[in-house]
Amino acid sequence: MPQMNMIEAIRSGLDVVMAKDPNIVVLGEDVGYFGGVFRCTDGLQRKYGEHRVIDAPISEGGIIGTAIGMGVNGLRPVAEIQFADYIYPGVDQVVSELGRLRHRSGGEFFSPLTIRTPCGGGIRGGQTHSQSPEAIFTHISGIKTVIPSNPYDAKGLLISSIESDDPVIFFEPKRIYNGPFDGDPDKPAVPWTSHPKGEVPQGYYTVPLGAAEVVEEGSDLTIITYGTLVHVAQAAAKLVGVNAEIVDVRTLSPLDTETLTQSVKKTGRCLVAHEATRFSGFGAELTATVQEECFYHLEAPIERVAGWDTPYPHAFEWQYFPGQKRIAAGIRKVMDAK
Amino acid sequence: MTIKSRLHIPRSSARPGDKPDFSYLNLSPAGSVDKPPIDVRTKDIEHLSLELVRVLDDDHRAQGAWNPNLDPDQLQIGLRWMLLNRVFDERMWKIQRQGKITFYTQATGEEAVSIAQGMALRPGDMCFPSYRNQGLFLYRGTKLVDMMCQCLSNTRDMCKGRQLPVLYHNKDANIFSLSGNLATQYPHAVGWAMASAIKGEDHIAASWLGDGSTAEADFHHAVTFAAIYQAPVILNIVNNQWAISTFQGFAGGERRPFAARGIGLGVPGIRVDGNDFLAVYAASLWAADRARRGGGPTIIEHVTYRGGAHSTSDDPTKYRPKDEWKSFPLGDPVERLKQHLIGEGHWSEDQHDAVIGEYKEKVLAAWKEAQTHGTMTEGPRLNPDGMFDDVYAEIPAHLQRQRREMRALED
Repeated sequence: MPQMNMIEAIRSGLDVVMAKDPNIVVLGEDVGYFGGVFRCTDGLQRKYGEHRVIDAPISEGGIIGTAIGMGVNGLRPVAEIQFADYIYPGVDQVVSELGRLRHRSGGEFFSPLTIRTPCGGGIRGGQTHSQSPEAIFTHISGIKTVIPSNPYDAKGLLISSIESDDPVIFFEPKRIYNGPFDGDPDKPAVPWTSHPKGEVPQGYYTVPLGAAEVVEEGSDLTIITYGTLVHVAQAAAKLVGVNAEIVDVRTLSPLDTETLTQSVKKTGRCLVAHEATRFSGFGAELTATVQEECFYHLEAPIERVAGWDTPYPHAFEWQYFPGQKRIAAGIRKVMDAK
Repeated sequence: MTIKSRLHIPRSSARPGDKPDFSYLNLSPAGSVDKPPIDVRTKDIEHLSLELVRVLDDDHRAQGAWNPNLDPDQLQIGLRWMLLNRVFDERMWKIQRQGKITFYTQATGEEAVSIAQGMALRPGDMCFPSYRNQGLFLYRGTKLVDMMCQCLSNTRDMCKGRQLPVLYHNKDANIFSLSGNLATQYPHAVGWAMASAIKGEDHIAASWLGDGSTAEADFHHAVTFAAIYQAPVILNIVNNQWAISTFQGFAGGERRPFAARGIGLGVPGIRVDGNDFLAVYAASLWAADRARRGGGPTIIEHVTYRGGAHSTSDDPTKYRPKDEWKSFPLGDPVERLKQHLIGEGHWSEDQHDAVIGEYKEKVLAAWKEAQTHGTMTEGPRLNPDGMFDDVYAEIPAHLQRQRREMRALED
């Protein structure tokens, strides 16, 4: 099986579906001739031409707005927003148009747009290249929100997203583009070749939307997380020496409540972790869901570990990032509770 | 010499109690503006965005190169649709005032904008309208009863009870769903037009917004993308002088006409007498031909006047002279086309009155029928369960759960 990093897996996903469906077009800043600042669309314009891989002006609102119109006219656009931190000028189009078009038109119009955007910190990006704004999008009805944590899922989920008739916001945790990251910035970078999920089929396959995955089975507690923190949580559990069950949410909306709650009902303890700011973060939804569904199975209060409620500071990245130590402290708190 | 900067606060030329003053409008005589070939270079037609394309003169005769030379029967068709638009609006306004629908917006005085351009477009061209383009829906064959049922949110409502009145759509007729947010449809039209070109089709897109909405970011996104990719699209700015209470100066209309908004991007603009059916038709056809043959986008500014209140929730006597419309130098589009046809011997007062009478009956009959599908207080009602449909292509588990929860409380 071929080895791919997450960038190659995303590119392969785009390539596979573009070859299959002539209505799929890619647009975004620097995506065409250059192949994207993270190289996710490298070579696609040479292969599919300038009418299908379109360099766009620096106008996130324009990219999303015109892409919606393309979708209404039978295309299946995949828009790239260069950094999730830049998506806000286009958010009105997502909230007021993309998410509601099908509903407001009595089911007659829709736009099957996928918006890909790199998110998350740990790359020395400061406050404008590090954000994780997923909760803004999970709060909007009518769109789906996806965050993969590895190359295999990235390709399979991306193909599902593009083929979905619902609009999807597809977040790509850029810290793990080139390799899994366990939260320790002092260790040498590890490539995806050493990870089983770095094995990615060359051809077409899908990973279904709306399905979480238990990435590590365990019995002591359940850690519910997604994106980069899946790997950090695994390392933190080892650090503490607990037998944790790690659930990778993968699709935040619609949420696979079943997989989450089954796990917590089994372990009786739960920690929720994400990189985004804590207050009104997606962890609040996860925590509330677990509380509602698993209250009588819980042996300890649910613990949340998240980014601080501050902008992402350039010089204090590793104090901000919820790394192994913070998650480990959370695990101990959950485990120590009587 | 001024030694400190001071804000310029735009002031409308007349407020309640003042004598209406439209001296700020730059009017060209009918027939005076040249009509260039569609392959003209944008820089050679900048004057079209500053002058005013007019065909009908003050005596209602057609003048000059922009005269589309439409057959009398075509003009009669145009007049009839404008009349239906007006009769429909009048009835729906009254219906709102009777408390039978919650909201309405009239197109009074702006009917030519929708009907004349509607007639200049081909059926395969896609329209992205604003909330005063009901004329387009009518012209493209949307049934009166369907529009009324939408306004009633009843069991036959195309929007299934989800939208404010007048936010129609008609997929079969190639008219997009109205949002209620302003200017958001503009980039959609450009994207749709780009897709048409990507697919190698010759359909074009057209969108409409008001002078006030040109201040929205989406307007600028749309014009920028249309310019860059030379998208086959007509971008209409309906300058009806008023955005609720703020006159067009508050959208930046004081120094340069709205038609000139695209000049810096190389998008040609035509400033047209929006109350002159012939001029709107001719300018629309010119822009449509140009777009269809790869010439790219055109901005058309329709200089018109909002004859009625902004909406049923608005009282314009609070901010503009009561009789301002009567002083508007470009008059009433219905009256002007009527007089033109009468002058040419192809229409009469009697015919006119008869058509109005016929339409009043038609509209009333449609209203009677619409109410059989349910009103706000009586008759069949939509099942509230339906609110959970169409949020997604398929209903996800959490929405199924919420629907069950709602049902349990309703039972």
